[in-house]
Amino acid sequence: MTIDRATALDLYRVMRTIRSFEERSTQLFGENKIWGTIHSYAGEEAIAAGVCAHLRDDDWITSTHRGHGHCIAKGADLGKMFAELLGRETGYCRGRGGSMHIADTSKGNLGANGIVGGGIPIATGAALTAQQLGTDQVAVSFFGDGAANQGTFHESLNLAAIWKLPVIYVCENNQYAESLPVKRAFAVENIAVRASGYGMPGVRVDGRDVRAVHEAAREAVARARSGKGPTLLVADSYRHEGHYYGDPRKYQTKDEIEGWRKRFDPIADARAWIVADRLAGVADLDAIDLSVVGEIDRAVAWAEEGPPASPIKLPDDVYAT
Amino acid sequence: MPPKTDTTAEPTPGAGGHSPPTREMFYSEALNEALRLEMERDERVIVIGEDIAEHGGAFQVTAGLLDRFGPTRIRQTPISEIGIVGAAVGAALTGLRPIVELMYVDFSGLAMDQVVNQAAQNRFMFGGQARVPMVLRTQGGSGRGNAAQHSKSLEAWFAHVAGLKLVMPATPADAKGLLTAAIRDDNPVIFLEHKLLYRTKGAVPEGEHVVPLGQADIKREGTDLTIVTWSREVLFALEAAGRLAELGIAAEVVDVRTLVPLDKGALLASVRKTHRLLVVHEAIKRAGYGAEIAAMIAEEAFDELDAPPKRLAGLDTPIPYAQHLEKSVVPQVEDIVAAAKELVG
Ligand SMILES: Cc1ncc(C[n+]2csc(CCOP(=O)(O)OP(=O)(O)O)c2C)c(N)n1
Ligand SMILES: [Mg+2]
Repeated sequence: MTIDRATALDLYRVMRTIRSFEERSTQLFGENKIWGTIHSYAGEEAIAAGVCAHLRDDDWITSTHRGHGHCIAKGADLGKMFAELLGRETGYCRGRGGSMHIADTSKGNLGANGIVGGGIPIATGAALTAQQLGTDQVAVSFFGDGAANQGTFHESLNLAAIWKLPVIYVCENNQYAESLPVKRAFAVENIAVRASGYGMPGVRVDGRDVRAVHEAAREAVARARSGKGPTLLVADSYRHEGHYYGDPRKYQTKDEIEGWRKRFDPIADARAWIVADRLAGVADLDAIDLSVVGEIDRAVAWAEEGPPASPIKLPDDVYAT
Repeated sequence: MPPKTDTTAEPTPGAGGHSPPTREMFYSEALNEALRLEMERDERVIVIGEDIAEHGGAFQVTAGLLDRFGPTRIRQTPISEIGIVGAAVGAALTGLRPIVELMYVDFSGLAMDQVVNQAAQNRFMFGGQARVPMVLRTQGGSGRGNAAQHSKSLEAWFAHVAGLKLVMPATPADAKGLLTAAIRDDNPVIFLEHKLLYRTKGAVPEGEHVVPLGQADIKREGTDLTIVTWSREVLFALEAAGRLAELGIAAEVVDVRTLVPLDKGALLASVRKTHRLLVVHEAIKRAGYGAEIAAMIAEEAFDELDAPPKRLAGLDTPIPYAQHLEKSVVPQVEDIVAAAKELVG
């Protein structure tokens, strides 16, 4: 599990970008500039970063309501993301989608999804395309522990397994589905054991350690790309924030939240091992942090300059011609 | 017994005289031919569904296609409605043109999230970044004693979702031409067949045959009233029109063929000619698609009407099992005759 300096710093930068993006969106939401709902990915950055590091632009992902991290890790433009949150014409979805529907098809991101478990069969279908057309593209479906109890999970994993589709199912177990703790939603402790019921490898990783995610994803992606079929990857994780911005978190205690946040921070974790392994110094990491903040500032400034989303045009907005 | 259903389709009016050669075939064969031709034409077209391989589909629409195209393009699946439809959505988003065969429209509830929240809305939600060129073929309707869970007419569900197109062919020729157009369309198309139409016969144009979506078809011309209908009720309406003619009433039968997009122009033109509207459908009347048509005509051509628009539709009940009961809840030929007489009289 050795990782070189360049990879370590890339992973660190992606994670830091996601964290800063979430911090800035939270701030913009507080300033009433963002409408609707946003779900922060803070705390879970290692999963998107570690997995997407193995993906090409022409590989596909499906994402979730908590999708900013996946979108960034897949290479999205931060300005267009902010512009979408701000309801601008220059946003990824021209203000029609918002946080829960950001897609970037130019980078293979088939969209965040407001339906829990909605993306799982879609990624399966993308993998079907790759297999059918004989390409070596792969598809990754990110979804939560909550989604693993949807029917789409069962149907999709079975289809992918019988057809040996090039797809990786990444279950982000952040301990909660909205307010429901995983302990009350699963009678098994390890969600990855479900994989054996479908006939595919099930791998559980520490979602705090981006190296572990990176390593597990390398294998799963290689397996998919070489036609050996799907993998279920379950990453143990924790979301630092509430389910959505403004969640009163009545289902958690302050102690729990503070304890986990301290213990479970993939970015602090990465800083520690990067320095300990002498891959880079604290100053290098601080410099990355600073440059990310600058990037975020520029992205927000660009987004705020964009015109408001244009009026809905029918039928063109709804139907392709 | 249902009325004779081997009605031969009239050649489409306005075809300009040079009508292509035709062949008599069943509605199911016409669909099969459209699938075969489109799969030959475009390797991105695949069919995915339950029992579609060796068995040829519950209604034999995919018969023989496995041998011709193999098991990857005729992708037989386990019983996983939402998994199948969702996989088709993902495949359509990424470059295939999948056709899903869903055995009964009554099962669409199991897959509805992928239809309504995903396929229908992807293009819109993503600000135009996506296309979902897929066809969801399924069949509905009563008349075979299949009872409540296998006999519904659910077109109104789909008509109410922005982002879907909705097609319901009545004749073999239209079945072939509309399915071809649906496969070539870059939007999700719901293609509703009727289980009692599969074994009806008609003349079908040979070779490539495309009936553009969004065009109604006047299946019989008349001057005294307009009967707007679709799917199997078109055959009933044509038979009723024959009987009405004997009574001196000239009914015009307009087959909408495509419910979404609706050919408003053709409907309005017909009503402007006849000044009377009767909408007939098998689906239950309450909140049925007939209400949409009646309201549209009332809004846009009220002054043209010599009588209030009339709807003749299924009773607000699940479809019963016993044969006489089953017939009693959906419009029959004599019901159409009676409704037309009342409207004209
Ligand atoms: C089909 C569906 N049911 C319920 C919801 C409401 N909802 C939104 S997110 C969520 C919890 C999802 O939990 P999980 O899959 O673990 O993802 P997480 O939020 O933890 O990232 C729920 C219940 C929804 N959006 N879609
Ligand atoms: Mg969760």
